[in-house]
Parts: sequence; structure tokens; C-alpha cells
Amino acid sequence: MPSPLTNRVAIAGVGETDYSRESGRSEMMLALQAIKAALDDAGIAPAEVDGLMTWRVDNTSEAEIAANLGVKDLAWFGDINQAGNVGAALVAHASAAIVAGLANVVVIYRGMNGRSGARYGRGEVTGRRGQGGSAFTEPFGLLTPQHGLAMTARRRMHEFGTTSRQFGYVAVSEREHALRNPRATFYGKSLSIEDHQESRLIVDPFHLYDCCLETDGGGALVLVSAERARDLRQPPALIRAAAQAGYARDREFIDTAAASLAPRFWAQAEVAPSEVDVAQIYDHFAPFVVFALEDYGFVERGQGGPFVEGGGIRAEGGTLPVNTSGGHLSEAYLQGMNQLIEGVRQVRGQSTAQVADCHLSFVDTGIGTGALLLERAS
Amino acid sequence: MTSEARPPFPPPVPTEDNQPFWDALREGRLVVQECAECAHLVHPPRPMCPECGSFEKGWREMSGRGEVYSYVVTHQAIHPSFSGHTPYATALVRLEEGPLLTTNLTDIAHDEIAIGMPVQVEFVAIGDGITLPLFRRA
Ligand SMILES: [Zn+2]
Repeated sequence: MPSPLTNRVAIAGVGETDYSRESGRSEMMLALQAIKAALDDAGIAPAEVDGLMTWRVDNTSEAEIAANLGVKDLAWFGDINQAGNVGAALVAHASAAIVAGLANVVVIYRGMNGRSGARYGRGEVTGRRGQGGSAFTEPFGLLTPQHGLAMTARRRMHEFGTTSRQFGYVAVSEREHALRNPRATFYGKSLSIEDHQESRLIVDPFHLYDCCLETDGGGALVLVSAERARDLRQPPALIRAAAQAGYARDREFIDTAAASLAPRFWAQAEVAPSEVDVAQIYDHFAPFVVFALEDYGFVERGQGGPFVEGGGIRAEGGTLPVNTSGGHLSEAYLQGMNQLIEGVRQVRGQSTAQVADCHLSFVDTGIGTGALLLERAS
Repeated sequence: MTSEARPPFPPPVPTEDNQPFWDALREGRLVVQECAECAHLVHPPRPMCPECGSFEKGWREMSGRGEVYSYVVTHQAIHPSFSGHTPYATALVRLEEGPLLTTNLTDIAHDEIAIGMPVQVEFVAIGDGITLPLFRRA
């Protein structure tokens, strides 16, 4: 049975700020500049917005955004208490609200000074000072998100034989894409597999070039009904499927959330992974692109490493180009937002590393904690 | 690793839900929460048994034997207070009774750590009444 969400809602506008290491602007300003750009892209007036959603550990509350936009009646809002990985999940929430008639124009936004402000890479956002569950991890030196993720990466390397060099091909492939994208932080700076292998260890098994950037910037999406989207400025990116999954708590440090999400996500989409034309995948750390390819079922477990090493995710000749704007490793770390924007550009035919004849564009924003399939409107 | 040589990691903040775990460590015993209804072992401790929904619990003493399940070696000092304290290793140890425990390895060089390596608990007091369960080569 088709999902009641299928192709009923569209992303009609996308917008972003410049990406930098020091924006010199408030997170509120970054969010608003991105929102304004996304509304202009769609051709919708700010005061028409009646839904706002974000995810944050920052200073961009929906109420304050609404006051800036001149929203008179904010009908739908909400954010999810999770660090970074819920962007596509919010697309699911917003779509449900639009289909149910609870809101008509929903903006999803993210504004963050991730480099000049509080830094995830230093545990400044997620550190808990030994409280709660962190009493069992932080006293032993697991202090940042990368620590727990590196534990999973090591175990999966052991289980499936994936190598650091194979992870390096994720970074190298994404850098090739960034060389085509003038917005990318690493635009103009090439990266070889030797550069990756020789780069210093951050948290072994992660080398420097396995790790995402830290970025100041903002990004936004505008969602409306598919019907409304047909009359707007840009070709609509129809939401074929959108869903989220929570972390598995009693995990063995092998499965990602994508392992539990995949069966119901592909069932909702009524699409097989092999039918997808292009994918954006949450690359906080390069190895997790490999794990996502495996856990979503794009390749068999253990085949992700050979797949990326063989050029499978390159825009140039790959069977599934991944992170075509450069991703979190080479474009910007906007916690999935820049990849949601790139996923939309691919179905519009507007990417700087455009996949030919792109019909189905997949976006993961957390290795299973949020996933989205966009379809080109016929 | 003596307690003085340890990097300045945050000490644990015990709560009502896990105080017996920390109390036992101070007495030189490693215990894991055990459901009083179905005997499921739950670690880290939490109020409700995820297997049967019971709030009733006891604490089962572990043998202290296990093996390395995964590990990471932190090279970058994430904060200035860690300079001189890197690299350091953090391991996940699979206890022979089943639970996975995050810990440090006290007497094993970083390049000798291997998944599957047998290890044995050792109790290291870090001050303020806190004792941590660390592991050495078995
Ligand atoms: Zn039970």
C-alpha cells in the first residue's frame, strides 16, 4: 500500500549562506539569511511561512525566527533534541504536517557557528561532564561524538575486513566533487589517497581526512504541497519517502540506525536501492559512508570498501555518486543541511556535479537517523 | 597507568540508578545490574529492564575476565588540558558474562592492543571516593 506521504509534498526552495571558519555573524543572522534565500528561491513571501522546524544546540529559536519573518500565526514548530543528525527526519515531520493540513509553508533551517563558536570536535556541545550515561564513557576518555563512532568503525573493520585505505577513497571521491563546487570549503584543493593515508591520526582509526569540517554557516529548505509547488519558481523536488529512526541503545557497535530504518524506508518509497540515481550520506566521518552504503542495502555488508575503492561513488563514472557537493568532508559541515540542499539540486538538474537524467535522489542525515528520497516531478 | 598519570577525564557522577555499581567498585568488586524478574544483565544500569519491563533489580558480581571487543586511540588533544596526555587508548571489553564495558587498558602498549585479547579487571581509585574498573592483560 502506498504511503499517504508519497509525492504529496515538495521541497520548493533551498538556500544557504557562504561557508566559512569565522562568519562574524550571529547564528540567528546565518539562519535568517539562509531562510530568506530559500524563500526567494521558491518565490514565497516570508510572512506566508506558517511552520518552522530546526534541530539545534544553538541560538536560533523558532519564536525568534518567526518574529523576524513577520509570521503572524505560527501553526507548526518543533525541534528534536539530538546533536546533528536529524535533518531528513524533520522533512518527514514537516511533510506529515502539510499532508494533515496543520501547516502550509514549512521552513526547515539550521544556522550554526560550528567553527568560531562551540565546537563539536572538542566536545564543547555534546560533552556531559560525566553525568547521565556519560558516567560510563567520559571517565575513560570518550569525550566527543567521534570517539564512540571510531569504536564502531574499528569493530566493523574487524568484522568485514574494510581498510583505512578504502575509507580514504570516500574522502578522495568527495574532494573531486568539491573541486567542481565553488561554495565548497576545499574548492581548489585536491586530495590524493596518499594524502589521506599520510595525514595524522585524530582518533585511530580516523585520520584527519576522515573527519568532517567544522563550519560557520546556515541553510534552509521550504516545503509546500506538491500542488502548490508546481506553480512556483523552481522545479519541485517531490518527497517520495521520508522517515527517521532512533539510535539502538543496546547495540553491539556494529549496526548503524540505517540497519533498522532501511526495510521500512524502502517499503515506504516502493523503490529498491538499486534504482537510486544519486545519494548524499551523512559523512561526519568517512568510514560511515561505507557503513551507510552497506546498512541501507546499496551494497552487501563487506562490499562497501571495495565499492568506494573501485570508484563506485564518484560523480565521474560511479554507479552511485555520493556527496556530489563535497559533503561534510569537503564542502561544509552543516549537519546534513548542505546535503539536503544538494539532494534537491540533483533532482532539479542544478548540481555542480550533476548526475545525468537524475530521477531519484537519496539523502541520509545520520546513517539512519533520518532519510529522504526525492523524486523529479514529471 | 597510575591514577596520577591519567589524563584529566571527567569523573563519573553517580545517580540513584547506578550508585550500587560505583559502591561495589570501591569495595573491589565489579557488578552489573541484573533484572530480579528475568535475570537479564543491563549495562549501563537503567531503571527499567528492556527485556521484561521490571523495575526490580539486583547486582551480579562479574568474574572480571573478558576480552577486547573494540578500541580507539586518541591522538589529538581535544582540549589544552590533554596536552602531554595523548595518545591514550580507550577500549570496549566484552565481559565473559556478556556485557560490554568501556574502559582503559593499563599495561598494554597501543600498538599491541588487538581485538580478542584476553584481559582482567583491576580497580583503580581516582580520588573523591571513585574507583574505576580498568583492565590489564590476563
Ligand atoms: Zn527483566
